[in-house]
Amino acid sequence: MSGIVGYGAYVPKYRIKSETIAEVWGEDPDRIKEGLGILEKAVPAIDEDATTLAVEAARIAMKRAGIPRDSIGALYVGSESHPYAVKPTACAVAQALGAVPNLTAADLEFACKAGTAGIQMCMGMVDSKMIHYGMAIGSDTAQGRPGDALEYSAAAGAAAYIIGPNDESMAILEDTLSYTTDTPDFWRRPKADFPSHGGRFTGPPAYFKHVMGAFYGLMQKMDEKVENYDYFVFHQPNAKFPQAVAKQLKIPKEKLADGLIVPIIGNTYSAASPLGLANVLDKAEPGQRIFMVSFGSGAGSDAFSIKVTDKIKNRDRAYPLSKFINEKEYLSYAIYSKLKGNYKGM
Amino acid sequence: MKESIALMWRRLPERYKLIGSACENCKTHYFPPRSICPKCRRKGKISRFEYSGEGKVYSFTEISAGPIGFEHQTPYVIAIIELAEGAKCLGQIVDARLADVKIGDPVEGTFRKIQSDDPEGPIHYGFKFRLKK
Ligand SMILES: [Zn+2]
Repeated sequence: MSGIVGYGAYVPKYRIKSETIAEVWGEDPDRIKEGLGILEKAVPAIDEDATTLAVEAARIAMKRAGIPRDSIGALYVGSESHPYAVKPTACAVAQALGAVPNLTAADLEFACKAGTAGIQMCMGMVDSKMIHYGMAIGSDTAQGRPGDALEYSAAAGAAAYIIGPNDESMAILEDTLSYTTDTPDFWRRPKADFPSHGGRFTGPPAYFKHVMGAFYGLMQKMDEKVENYDYFVFHQPNAKFPQAVAKQLKIPKEKLADGLIVPIIGNTYSAASPLGLANVLDKAEPGQRIFMVSFGSGAGSDAFSIKVTDKIKNRDRAYPLSKFINEKEYLSYAIYSKLKGNYKGM
Repeated sequence: MKESIALMWRRLPERYKLIGSACENCKTHYFPPRSICPKCRRKGKISRFEYSGEGKVYSFTEISAGPIGFEHQTPYVIAIIELAEGAKCLGQIVDARLADVKIGDPVEGTFRKIQSDDPEGPIHYGFKFRLKK
């Protein structure tokens, strides 16, 4: 069995409030805040992209794991905003970590669940002893078309997980299960600047069907139940969806709270559920159990059952996710548009 | 000014990992790396040295009219950083304005885009500094 040997989370400093965006498009800010449950979202600085966010998270993960940098045998970066169409983000991250050259590396894409797909790949490679440690990163600087509902949610962040043998882990990955179908809920064609989505179609046939499918699948496989878990982390494209899932599954609010950070940072896509998990790990105690379900449009969900070990007590507390969430600076819509490169001729 | 792909690639260790050099003879640290110790000349023994990125602000200014490739990043702060291990180096201080910075402020290394203005060209990444809080 494998587990989490180290983890790191990073969110950029800049924020834009939902009401600032709503004002531009003549929308009712309260309707947006209540409808989506998003108060503000994280915006990357002009010199940040999915690669730089991934490096920030990965460096914290390495520090926390305290392992030699040349011991990383595999590195996967999941993103829907890889800075290059062709040239792996994973190579730049590996080079910046000093983990080159003896490792395998690749970029993954599965909308918002490419990061958890990378965790599963590393689990398999560690379990089969093909590698000793692998790193899986979810990193995104998501784009929403100006004026579209996605503009309120599409945010930026990264989370990195170092997967290794369970006897070295601060949290054991007890089991995982996925639920995947071909579902046209959200997509972006090559050369398109912004994604398209199926509006309400993103709900029942997409998010809910896959998240529930993976949830029940893993619970049944492990013969487990909600009462045996202390925290739940679901993919969070907005606050409404994971809250509706929790309600249907009779999960108490307090078990969802720590892993639900979308109201204050937005939907960080590939980083969304991994960041929720990082926020939970920042306060989890030995023996506690966490259930996580990611979701990626297109569509699929990965469910994980995680058990925190005694090693969590020794975690480096220098860079908790809350540090990056709390250090923030608000932007006007004009400066936000500049940082997003939305002006012609830039 | 565009740098060649070869030069960009050669500078990756220095830009990504803050790799400079140190003289084992007189213990002087250099950044960017030097191949000869100017103090010891032929007696010097130069080896690779990786800086931690930790340091403090030695001097700084804000750029309001950036050179080509940086014109959209203005205003931004550049500083001479006294690296914890000894050498001084020039770098940008991210997520900060002039009023946020003081001489002596502690900083840590970060990894950012340096230049990416050519939509069909390579993206240049490298170290910058962030105020440590
Ligand atoms: Zn010397």
